[in-house]
Amino acid sequence: MKLKAVLMTGCLLIGGTAFSTVAQAQNTIKVGILHSLSGTMAISETTLKDTILMMIDAQNKKGGLLGKKLEPVVVDPASNWPLFAEKAAELLEKDKVSVVFGCWTSVSRKSVLPVFEKDDGLLFYPVQYEGEESSRNVIYTGAAPNQQAIPAVDYLMKEVGVKRWVLEGTDYVYPRTTNKILEAYLLAKGVKHEDISINYTPFGYSDWQTRVAQIKRFGSAGKKTAVVSTINGDANVPFYKELGNQKISAENIPVVAFSVGEEELSGLDARPLVGHLAAWNYFESINTPVNRQFINQWHTFIKNPKRTTNDPMEAHYIGFNLWVKAVQKAGTTNVDQVIKALPGLEVPNLTGGTAKVLPNHHITKPVYIGEVKADGQFNVVWKSAGEVPGDAWSDYLPGSKDIEADWVTLNCGNYNKITKKCSGQNYK
Amino acid sequence: MKKRLPLGGQWPFVPLLALGAALAVYAQPAKDAAFLGVLGELQQASYADKAAIVERLSQTGHSSVRAVLAALLDERLYTRNSDQKVFIVKSTDADPLQLVDPVSLRDAGSASADSFTAIGTNNALRHQVRITLARFSLSSSDAAVRLDAVRELLQSLDDPTVALLRQRLRVEKNSSVRNEIDTGLALAALDGSDRQARLEAIATLHNSLSQNVRNRLASLLDRSSDGSFVESDAKIRQAAISAIAGIDERRQFYSAAETLFFGLSLGSVLVLIAIGLAITFGVMRVINMAHGELMMLGAYTTYAVQVVMPGHIGISILVAIPAAFLVAGLTGVLIERTVIRFLYGRPLETLLATFGVSLILQQAVRSIFSPLNRSVITPAWMSGSLRLNDALELTYNRLYIVVFALIVFGVVLLVLKRTRVGLDIRAVAQNRAMAKAMGIRTEWVDAMTFGLGSGIAGVAGVALSQLTNVGPNLGQSYIIDSFLVVVFGGVGNLWGSLIGGMSMGIVNNLLEPYAGAVLAKIFVLIALILFIQARPRGLFPQAGRSAEDE
Repeated sequence: MKLKAVLMTGCLLIGGTAFSTVAQAQNTIKVGILHSLSGTMAISETTLKDTILMMIDAQNKKGGLLGKKLEPVVVDPASNWPLFAEKAAELLEKDKVSVVFGCWTSVSRKSVLPVFEKDDGLLFYPVQYEGEESSRNVIYTGAAPNQQAIPAVDYLMKEVGVKRWVLEGTDYVYPRTTNKILEAYLLAKGVKHEDISINYTPFGYSDWQTRVAQIKRFGSAGKKTAVVSTINGDANVPFYKELGNQKISAENIPVVAFSVGEEELSGLDARPLVGHLAAWNYFESINTPVNRQFINQWHTFIKNPKRTTNDPMEAHYIGFNLWVKAVQKAGTTNVDQVIKALPGLEVPNLTGGTAKVLPNHHITKPVYIGEVKADGQFNVVWKSAGEVPGDAWSDYLPGSKDIEADWVTLNCGNYNKITKKCSGQNYK
Repeated sequence: MKKRLPLGGQWPFVPLLALGAALAVYAQPAKDAAFLGVLGELQQASYADKAAIVERLSQTGHSSVRAVLAALLDERLYTRNSDQKVFIVKSTDADPLQLVDPVSLRDAGSASADSFTAIGTNNALRHQVRITLARFSLSSSDAAVRLDAVRELLQSLDDPTVALLRQRLRVEKNSSVRNEIDTGLALAALDGSDRQARLEAIATLHNSLSQNVRNRLASLLDRSSDGSFVESDAKIRQAAISAIAGIDERRQFYSAAETLFFGLSLGSVLVLIAIGLAITFGVMRVINMAHGELMMLGAYTTYAVQVVMPGHIGISILVAIPAAFLVAGLTGVLIERTVIRFLYGRPLETLLATFGVSLILQQAVRSIFSPLNRSVITPAWMSGSLRLNDALELTYNRLYIVVFALIVFGVVLLVLKRTRVGLDIRAVAQNRAMAKAMGIRTEWVDAMTFGLGSGIAGVAGVALSQLTNVGPNLGQSYIIDSFLVVVFGGVGNLWGSLIGGMSMGIVNNLLEPYAGAVLAKIFVLIALILFIQARPRGLFPQAGRSAEDE
């Protein structure tokens, strides 16, 4: 009896947080939102759910789409990777949504990918990722490695004069693949093996003292050293704290992060971090009329003028507008026709440029590098000349440099230019 | 010190200094105009140009240079959007901004932050400004400030800096500042051509511990591309080799000391989280899966205390310690009275029930404080590190936690061994029936014991709030570790938990540099499993009759 009671309580607790809006009216277009609202990733993903709700709200005020109202269908995959696949199937098969905006971690994307391909759904994925993938059913609105990691390393090499590299990451697929690409890139640029130190720590790691002391030692060999950080989630807070305590300042050993943005900084005291770097395709501090308007719209919608905006939010902004435009162009929400309509479409981004969907289902994005300011915002110190087209398959990895993704002419996400063969989707 | 001129102390290396001071009264308006002119260029300039402007600013020799550069470093230098006039602001947090005139350094009223733009800086520029400011700090009356300034200047030893250091050495009285300047001058002398001076410089550097010095000496042994030594003088190379060997040997010693400290600090965290469990699990034999969540409550109490007293972050931690003890302790008593007391002697049911309690506590915190992590501010006295020498610095937060863990351990030991409550607790643990027969209210003692263990978990939470993220999942990441320490040390033995925790911390930190964080932890776990296979009762098994009824 007791055992049963405990399990029941547990199930109730877990089930209570997950909810789904039951379809109400027939004459609407359903938009699925697949973001974790509980668990470790809730911190980041809840904001993205609200962003899409805001975009849907604004679109409905403009009269909807194709004469119909948009109706959000929110599900909670609870930071649980297999649950992502279940919830995706629920959205596509039961709710029959026209499009899904969702996922954050690469592992959750990999988990839903087979579902989207089997049920022929359409997913807009808004987060920077490791590349090495291109699916017919996914539009990648976040940065590929050549739109974030490679330019950041270039900046440090050319503008800061870094000669020695620490590649520090959390132990999962995104940091491991990104670091593999970066290591190949650095070696190709003539950096010696002994000048690269690669290390991985678990999710939520907090005992950084030994590792930071090691970085300090590695960085005091007389060559300018930088840390390229793919540390994800809340492990960043104790990491930066430890850097501050061991007196490693951005002037001695700068840390450039790919997963730390305004949202992450808003939760902590940014003063010890001043000068450390982040590479993104958008910063809240970029002063353009369209960005100011977006920030205002966000503050009004969320009813809190202190909330920040960040890069994945911009990716969803672009993704939503692209989908609306594609539906208008196709005159239907039919997934096949919308996918056909998407490549070549252009919408304005929030930093004054345009985002264009490429045949490989990635988009063009400008690259910015910012230094952390004491108020948790970023001071842009470098920007790419124009937009960089996203490259699905890295040119620096031996296995993937001959591979091309093209859903317009080749109709393949994994086409080998040398053997002239399409291997289908690579799930590894 | 008595030679200090009104401006000379701040700007000793501008030529014509005395003349400048004498003429200052007459030249002031022109000087102000020149100063303001240079200052006005700052907002529009690129970062590279800003560096040149900073250099020109410092060459104006104006009396406000130091204040303006200090403001630039803190991003407190703003321009007014309407007329591009530059102001210093007192604090960037306040709106309206409190303005200060950059020339006279007098208050210039206040204005809304919207009509001002901050002058941005980047790492390279801040580095330059910091070094420029260090030249000013060299004449500070505070020896610690002078020492920092010299260390800053050692990073870029150009001719004017060397001249400045030499000048300072003549009047400097403080021995550690003198030593640091000697190091700097010796490093500079290495670049010279006088053979004798270079050998003497290497002799001076022989006693250094600094990595910079070591790198500089090592560069004397570099070979050029054709295989010949860059440094042609064999005697100098020989001297450098022996100096490097000496430095390396001493640095190695301090590096070992550092590893030991890291191990002790990780160990003391383990001890802190295990002491509470050593009481509830070790003494009462209750497998309390909610132990981690009681730590989490302690961490949240720290956060709540900081929210309640925002102006006193420095002492909030000290207030949080008893508060966390009470909150977690009372929660513990509540859990014991409502759940655990019905389940004594049924370990499996206790385990499941307390697991349920842990889920309830997590969800309660999620509902009250939101699922997001809360940021607990580290007080200034716990940030930074204690510098023992060039090779060894101990971070304050870890240092305090080592001390704190030992104090908590000592207090618990005293309570158990020297007080009436402690005597009751031990009596009930050893023989419940006999204790009852002697008139001890065993039910009450059970509640107190569980409350004590829980309260200590709360206190551990205060320490954890300084090391890790305060969120609903905080407890889960530590619960396994705390059970491991207690089992390893020997159930029911406080000393076992202390030794067990410390040795686990040290072994983990010895392995980590070679194996990485993940593998190091795995090795420690495997070692523990093997150890428990060999000695199932841990390091210090409980002896006597009470041990036999298991």
